[in-house]
Amino acid sequence: MPVQELCTVIKQEQLTDSIFSLTLSAPKICELANAGQFVHISCGEARLLRRPISICDTTEDTLRVVFTVKGEGTAWLSERKKDDELDVLGPAGHGFDLSVLGDKPVFIGGGIGVPPMLKSMKAAKAQGAQPTAILGFRNKDAVILEDEFRSVGTVYTATDDGSYGIHGFVSAVLEEHIGEFTSVCCCGPKGMLKALASIAENAGIPCQVSMEERMGCGIGACLVCACSLKGENGETRYGHVCKDGPVFDSKEVEW
Amino acid sequence: MADMRVNFCGVELKNPITTASGTFGFGHEYGEFYDLGELGGIGVKGLTPTERLGNPAPRIAETPMGILNCVGLQNPGIDRFIAEQIPYLRQFDTKIIANVSGSSVEEYAEMIEKISDSDVDLIEMNISCPNVKCGGMTFGTQPAMVEEVVSEAKKYAKKPLIVKLSPNVTDIAEIARAAVGAGADALSLINTLLGMRIDIETRRPILSNIMGGLSGPAVFPVAVRMVYQVHQAVDVPIIGMGGIRTGRDAAEMMMAGASAVAVGTACFADPMTPVRCAKELEEFCDSHGVHSVTELTGALQI
Repeated sequence: MPVQELCTVIKQEQLTDSIFSLTLSAPKICELANAGQFVHISCGEARLLRRPISICDTTEDTLRVVFTVKGEGTAWLSERKKDDELDVLGPAGHGFDLSVLGDKPVFIGGGIGVPPMLKSMKAAKAQGAQPTAILGFRNKDAVILEDEFRSVGTVYTATDDGSYGIHGFVSAVLEEHIGEFTSVCCCGPKGMLKALASIAENAGIPCQVSMEERMGCGIGACLVCACSLKGENGETRYGHVCKDGPVFDSKEVEW
Repeated sequence: MADMRVNFCGVELKNPITTASGTFGFGHEYGEFYDLGELGGIGVKGLTPTERLGNPAPRIAETPMGILNCVGLQNPGIDRFIAEQIPYLRQFDTKIIANVSGSSVEEYAEMIEKISDSDVDLIEMNISCPNVKCGGMTFGTQPAMVEEVVSEAKKYAKKPLIVKLSPNVTDIAEIARAAVGAGADALSLINTLLGMRIDIETRRPILSNIMGGLSGPAVFPVAVRMVYQVHQAVDVPIIGMGGIRTGRDAAEMMMAGASAVAVGTACFADPMTPVRCAKELEEFCDSHGVHSVTELTGALQI
């Protein structure tokens, strides 16, 4: 369960024209944080709702989040400077199940789905696995965090337009190398997750997907962030991204 | 130290702060942040005769100082609530306010009968949900329908019956009189105001259900006005709700005529809101020479 912590900004960086990184002092949240969880950040008095942002990385007492500016809330967040204070709820949600990774897991991120893969890949390495990352971006200017991932394991970087790394989608890279992996963990646009889940399922390896939805409370009380899952009799049921997810077994999701 | 207790239809609330149905689940999540026994009462997620899946996502859109939602009464059904949730909630020294909905007069009667026989303290009858196709708000917007459904429900109610009113009406006092005339022991208001947002890039509605219910500080003045009008029109206790986020808001709602209040959407911004409101309301009483919080009810001077 999450805690509420007032966190001081230690470092603010702009990574691309629309992507920012904030490093916060958050010892209580760090102590509890698992790979694939998120934090729910209050974005100023003018906005009622917090913004859910995936955990990119943690140390013993620092929390790093990397996010894209999408609207007024994230724009406000991107303007925070060193020593500013943020009201953060976290760690929230259900992260990646590290017990099913096997010794050669692959962590796949698309665009702003890339950041949460960093802590996840490090967690796999810490338990003795040899992890690989496949990172997909729109173009060369959108590439982020590549060096951090390289320090953890093998990295394949792909761009949609071929301006950097491999030309094409992360799904093509996974397809080519699928025989090398024991499991898949991924985060990104729903179409990408669906394609990756299908490749993993055909290869008979576990696939965990991190989903996104418009959220309210962030802790499972308000039931707004519904995600279609497969029910018992083939019927649809709704799980909630904030509490049941954001990470789901791909076989649970009704694509 | 002011006496914060409120006698609400014979049920003693330790303070006037309760939680608004639909914003608080069954208490488990917020119970991780504080002792639920600090609250006067807990309004639980709206219940229906059988499990309801609710509407597809997106179910929420942010608005200036508010939100729109179209959850659509997702809940496990009344039987599972009675079996699984009442024992959990009974661990805390607070009152349970069960919230029930039906899609016909018969279903309301059946729900009221069933919940009356369970271990809850108060029954809130929702005739005002804007997010379901059958029932809900359609019952709560015409005086004749209100009278029919409430008088039938009242026959089966063995606990105090609170009728939750919709603000989506021309004359709230007329609806309040119909509910009280049909036997409502108390009223709660306001449910959400029907609203809508459009994504101008895609030209599509943001909510899956096109329209949804507006809540949050944006609706607070509307709620205060309606509580005032209803308090003028009828002589039963009122739970005032709609946009409360501070103890001072709670005091204002009580001065308009509420005997107790409910905190809802503000919990999403800060999970501690209801306990903070209780503390702030007590501080307000102490600093204003109010000996019993009940003195605030209807204390408005014109």
